[in-house]
Amino acid sequence: MTGLAITDLYAAHGRTPILDGVDLAVPDGALACVLGPSGCGKSTLLRVIAGFHPAQRGEVALGGTVLDDGRRRLPAERRRIGYVPQDGALFPHLSVAANIGFGLPRAQRRDRVAELLDLIGLPGLGERHPHQLSGGQQQRVALARALAPRPELLLLDEPFAALDAALRTELRAEVAQTLRAAGATAVLVTHDQDEALSFADTIAVMRGGRIVQQAAPQVLYGEPADAAVARFLGEANIVPAELAGRRADTAFGSLALTGDAGAARPGPVLLRPRQLRLSSVPGPGRVRALVQRCHFRGSDHRVELLAQDTERLPSPLVAYTDRPWPEGEAYVEVAGLAHPVSS
Amino acid sequence: MTSLLKADRPSSLPRWRAGALLSPLPLLAFAVVALVASPLVFVVMQALQAGWDQASRLLGRPVIATLIWNTVTLAAAVTLATAVIGFTAAYLLERTDLPGRRSWTVLLALPLAVPEFVRGYSWVSLYPSVHGYWGAVLVMTCSLYPLVLLPVAATLRRSDTGAEEVARSLGHGPWATLWRVTLPLTRPALAGGALLVSLYLLGEYGAFAMLRYTTFATAIFTEYKLGFDAASASLLTLVLVVLALLLVGLDARAGRRGRVVRTGVGHRATRAQLGRWKLPAALALAAVVAVSLGVPVYALAYWLLKGSSTTLPSASVLGSALTTLGYAASAALVSTLAAVPVALYAWRRDSRLARAAERAAYLTRALPGIAVALAVVFFAIRYAQPLYQQPPMLVTGYVILFFPLALTAVRAALAQVPPGVEEAARSLGTRPLAVLARVTLPLVLPGLGAGAAMVTLTASTELTATLLLRPTGTQTLATQFWVYTSGLAYGAAAPYAALMVLLSVPPVLLLTRRSLDPTPTPETDR
Repeated sequence: MTGLAITDLYAAHGRTPILDGVDLAVPDGALACVLGPSGCGKSTLLRVIAGFHPAQRGEVALGGTVLDDGRRRLPAERRRIGYVPQDGALFPHLSVAANIGFGLPRAQRRDRVAELLDLIGLPGLGERHPHQLSGGQQQRVALARALAPRPELLLLDEPFAALDAALRTELRAEVAQTLRAAGATAVLVTHDQDEALSFADTIAVMRGGRIVQQAAPQVLYGEPADAAVARFLGEANIVPAELAGRRADTAFGSLALTGDAGAARPGPVLLRPRQLRLSSVPGPGRVRALVQRCHFRGSDHRVELLAQDTERLPSPLVAYTDRPWPEGEAYVEVAGLAHPVSS
Repeated sequence: MTSLLKADRPSSLPRWRAGALLSPLPLLAFAVVALVASPLVFVVMQALQAGWDQASRLLGRPVIATLIWNTVTLAAAVTLATAVIGFTAAYLLERTDLPGRRSWTVLLALPLAVPEFVRGYSWVSLYPSVHGYWGAVLVMTCSLYPLVLLPVAATLRRSDTGAEEVARSLGHGPWATLWRVTLPLTRPALAGGALLVSLYLLGEYGAFAMLRYTTFATAIFTEYKLGFDAASASLLTLVLVVLALLLVGLDARAGRRGRVVRTGVGHRATRAQLGRWKLPAALALAAVVAVSLGVPVYALAYWLLKGSSTTLPSASVLGSALTTLGYAASAALVSTLAAVPVALYAWRRDSRLARAAERAAYLTRALPGIAVALAVVFFAIRYAQPLYQQPPMLVTGYVILFFPLALTAVRAALAQVPPGVEEAARSLGTRPLAVLARVTLPLVLPGLGAGAAMVTLTASTELTATLLLRPTGTQTLATQFWVYTSGLAYGAAAPYAALMVLLSVPPVLLLTRRSLDPTPTPETDR
């Protein structure tokens, strides 16, 4: 079993191209996340995998079986792919139990529905109707309904977007745990980087109908392929540098790199706000800067700085610090590795 | 727990089949649209057969100029009057603190339940001096202003007062705000309502015949009844159709400007304080209700109590009522069922093709009823002689006439279906037809029932097409009423009129409720 394998996939809405050569691989049992801004084509990608939208060319394969190659396609109902849309799309005329049992043969319904109601933590609510459930409960039922026929793959299209912030975080962790417990292979689509970073084993960043980078969350955050990916996953200081081998020469002095940059060349490096350390005294490798603004955010402070004595730093520099900094001078140094990004 | 997914999985995926090239739904939808739009094509074909000489001779007659003048001046006056009354009433109902707004809304919408020819009868039978141009303006304005009132009120209710409040904060007084913000906001609704009013005016026959006012529709009817000439009647009908399409084009231009931008839902409108204007406003609305609802109700009560003193053969009201309902219900069933594929196709696919199909189906709304009826008559005479003046012909006419109404109802029902449920069902391994049977149809069935009921009741008061298409010897409520009033037997006609008004009340209430429902459904108020 090779999980989901998508190679060089193209799809369009009418004459507007949407997917422009997508490559994506999700191993069996992995939770993958497709992350991208709205309009990048991620929902269309999901709909092509599910069989609701035709591919123009390329190939979608699941467990070694080709689902769609642009000429012939397996109908959605025969793909064994579960689908949880944004608002759950529960059948409003059926009870919770009938919703969950919809895709099951009659004989198996009773036991399997009870099992799933337990799994999603709603035992005893089987006779309710969808309109009697809260938003979070509806999403859990939608998940159970998709899991019931034991699909080979589960697709989730921004399933938490309609919920409020606190519930979203809670349900997200719960769903991830449920899916891992069930050993499911799943693809989640979202535009929310926090959701992607906390949910997935592997994240594919999508932009303009292509996957720009696919990697594990930590790798993606620390070592993004380019400046845009870096900014999309969180605030980023993109600092000009001269790269050579495993070192970069910057305004902060010579910094160690995350990898080998090869022959000497100019190119920016990424420094996350947490990597910038502030102190009140000058020292080697420290850059004098003016604190422009310090802004309390609950867990930390976000400090905007204007570097002095150098033209080689972007303005403002952003640092996250544990204690507040008064407006005035501060000295900035770098901790940890710099990551070269193509701009 | 870990075996939750992996257990009892079949050894491999089922073998795939080649994707269907042409699915049956679009084919079915286009077939229905083609059938419904066929009268338009047929009228054009007939008119073309007349040839240029005959056409120029017919259309060059001075009477044509008179007809156009009569029709256009009437349409202009009535459209203006309905726009003023409709907008003012809608504004009072939705933007001011007028007491009893709910009751006023119902009372102001109810005149729609009085068919135009019944309204004509109630005025003519009480005041024989009401006739001609001004009589027509009075009667038609009273009948049609709710067609402006409802969409404008709906627009006002759905858009919050944010823009108006901003205008006030920028230093505009209440009148300037009304003129520069509120009125433009309702422009698409006003334009749509005005379009409906003028389309009704183009197609109306009964009321004008009763008021002795000659328009295109009455002239076509006379032409048809006097000497049966398909080609010349078709030519006149074609002129009528061109006028109607011109109006639709005008409306499309007016409607495009001033789109309503919906900001936050549930944002309660702050209502203007009427203050000392409260009483005059209430009196004005009361006057409108008295003239448009009070007069017909009084006339019906008067003639019902006075009793039927007629020398014409008496017929049973019950018999006509049953005949009417039979025809109307058959037409409702057929048109609702036919609307399902078209609505489903447009709902599932937001493609240009699907939208075009739906729009073509709505196009027949622009056709005056008399044009549809004549097209069906000519078609039957030419290609389906055995059907001429047979029951299926009347049903067909009704189906084509009321298809847009049925389509609106089915679309409204489908709009209640949460998006994505069909796809969710497919992903659970259900075949498309089973999805339809297990998910979609159960969800829309109540809406379909309501739609069919609405078509039934609306079709029961149809006069013009029924006069042309009814099987020999068959009398519906409307035609029997027509026979009596033509013989000036006003008392004998009263029970039929009263029954038709009663039958029209539920659809009007339904339309009112659906138009003013805070969740907009496509095409409800147009």
